[in-house]
Amino acid sequence: MPNSKSAYSFSNKKEKFDTHIIVVWVDNEAGVLARVVGLFSGRGYNIESLAVAQVDEKLNLSRITIVTTGTPQVVNQIKLQLRKLVPVHKVADFKREDKAVIFKEMALFKIVGPNNKLEGALKACKKYNPVILDKTKKSNVIQITALRREIDKMSKDLKKFGLVSVSRTGAVAMTRGADIFK
Amino acid sequence: MSKLYSGAEIVFKCMEDQNVDHIFGYPGGAVLPIYDELQNFKSIKHVLVRHEQGAGHAAEGYARSSGKPGVILVTSGPGATNVVTALTDAYMDSIPLVCISGQVPTHLIGTDAFQECDTTGITRPCTKHNWLVKDINDLANTIHKAFEVATTGRPGPVLVDIPKDIQFQKTKYKKPKKENKLNGKSHNHFNQNSIDKLIELMSKSSKPIFYTGGGVINSGPKASELLRELVYATGFPITSTLQGLGSFPGDDNQFLGMLGMHGTYEANNAMHDCDLMINIGARFDDRITGKIDEFSPKSKKVHIDIDPSSINKNVKVDLAIVGDVKTVLSSTLKSLKQKKSKFLNSNKQKTSKWWEKIQKWRSIRSLDYIGSEETIKPQYAIERLYELTKDKDSYITTEVGQHQMWAAQHYKFNKPNRWMTSGGLGTMGYGLPAAVGVQVAHPKKLVIDIAGEASVLMTIQEMSTAVQYNLPIKIFILNNQYMGMVRQWQELLHDKNYSESYTAALPDFVKLAEAYNCVGIRAKTPEELDDKIIEMLNTDRPVIFDCMVDKVENCFPMIPSGKPHNQMILGPKDQESKKITGKGKSLV
Repeated sequence: MPNSKSAYSFSNKKEKFDTHIIVVWVDNEAGVLARVVGLFSGRGYNIESLAVAQVDEKLNLSRITIVTTGTPQVVNQIKLQLRKLVPVHKVADFKREDKAVIFKEMALFKIVGPNNKLEGALKACKKYNPVILDKTKKSNVIQITALRREIDKMSKDLKKFGLVSVSRTGAVAMTRGADIFK
Repeated sequence: MSKLYSGAEIVFKCMEDQNVDHIFGYPGGAVLPIYDELQNFKSIKHVLVRHEQGAGHAAEGYARSSGKPGVILVTSGPGATNVVTALTDAYMDSIPLVCISGQVPTHLIGTDAFQECDTTGITRPCTKHNWLVKDINDLANTIHKAFEVATTGRPGPVLVDIPKDIQFQKTKYKKPKKENKLNGKSHNHFNQNSIDKLIELMSKSSKPIFYTGGGVINSGPKASELLRELVYATGFPITSTLQGLGSFPGDDNQFLGMLGMHGTYEANNAMHDCDLMINIGARFDDRITGKIDEFSPKSKKVHIDIDPSSINKNVKVDLAIVGDVKTVLSSTLKSLKQKKSKFLNSNKQKTSKWWEKIQKWRSIRSLDYIGSEETIKPQYAIERLYELTKDKDSYITTEVGQHQMWAAQHYKFNKPNRWMTSGGLGTMGYGLPAAVGVQVAHPKKLVIDIAGEASVLMTIQEMSTAVQYNLPIKIFILNNQYMGMVRQWQELLHDKNYSESYTAALPDFVKLAEAYNCVGIRAKTPEELDDKIIEMLNTDRPVIFDCMVDKVENCFPMIPSGKPHNQMILGPKDQESKKITGKGKSLV
């Protein structure tokens, strides 16, 4: 940006981005997901993945897990802005490197090909608790649970075994040990 | 068995219990059942506007001048979309509004029915919260909750969308529950420890400054009283944002004037050079900070705010105190009296050099301008308006642009809730309907909209509202035939390419006033200005005052974009050095 001819000033500072997993407990009501997601898009925050479902029928609570990237200042803003939403009960923030927290994503792979390829695919998935959900003579549907980057890698590696379709969830998170997030 | 009420009746029963006395609205198909009930609730008076945006701004003016939430009633579709600008404006400036909108019947939602729109979807990003009521049994609780959300914590607008069939259905009425906590969210999160820290910082500082904002006003009149007490007890200098004007007397010696892009030289330099900045209810907005990485480089920063998300959003602070300004100030004063009862005396010595420096900046007289005997200088017009109205406890609204900045610079406010201006969103067309709302809340007071000719044309239709309800608002137009602020930026930054900023076919404002059945007055020379203003003040009807001012005057001083506080442009005299000082040297 040359000398700014503007009513605004421009910043050319580049800051380090960290990956965070934000967990939000919300009232399960109409439009609540739109509020949360709209807050992210409206304020220019990233969403890398999103997982949401009701977790308590009686209290009518849903749990939203969002993987996001941002500077420490941005991540702090995300938490504070989320806490201002009326249907939000609590907000947790975990760094991806955090050893005290489990992160998991699930993926379904459809492999089409001759038997040796199907077996090769299954073998390649071995580390990630593969489950065969559907099996025909020509095809397999394999489910694995793993980390994001592991699934990224598998999506690439399985191509040579006849991968034709990938479906995957966003990450979900839970703390290790007996404690729960309050 | 208790009585059953229709949804429409419940809307008004709720308003009665929330002590609503005025609503601003416009009828339409999807709110007809509510309008049908209006006559049965005598304590609630409806003000019929001419455009729903006007209803929104009028409700804002009402809220800001009275401290009560403003209430709006509009129909579905275009009724709701027209109010979006006002809701966004209120969201940016933290004004409590409750907007009730009609919606097509529930079974038609999603069918692209006549005058249907996704109102809750459209208003989601410009309200604190909104609700679509699909069950009559939820209606009363939802409306009560709406008032609570709008008025607690950092105030803001909310919207309740009510489908037409719900307005007809009947159920029992539920009174508001006495409940002060929002989802377990309380608003004061500070402890004595942080107050002690604040006092320690204050006693160590030799170059302190208070930087106060709209949060002081929003915290209620008591907060302004406490602020004055604290500022006098410490002897520190104080500056205010655009929204905070009036919380501290504008003519007091400790007041350095407004800060920011068009703030005074002394306020901005003091912000830049201070060693302790105490931000009370302001939000480090970009019009205030200038270049953010060179903003007040040597200071410890304290931030007092009710909204935790305001802390460290734009500027990292050393001490954050999250709480209501009133509560924080009263704790601070209490501790100050207990621990440092002789604070003022012990501090005078320490800050004397700082005050000397401030006096030096002050002596630059950055608000001075070059006077004229032929044309009315806009600053002169505001000065005269101030001099002739300062004893009247007047309420001032503005539109957006140069006139707004001149009003902020030259009109001095001594009380809170007297200054209503669109700061965050910068909405042209705000001032006239806002004045309508202010006059509704204060029928006997003098209400003036300091306007520009371009802004005022955006909502000029509300003159008709003012006439209908005998609201003697005064529209004081600084008419320079340009969108002045746009022209100024084009002059300074775009090589005087005045692209589309000149209005070639303006109406005759005096005739326009007559067409609306109010009074038109025109002033063309500095000589006749005082008499004309007095004539306006003596008219007990709405007035449009066409003040023909210098067409090319620019608003100074200013911080150019991308520059820090200590690099202000002082004015044309900065370049040409033909400095004519002394207020109206050629005139008064």
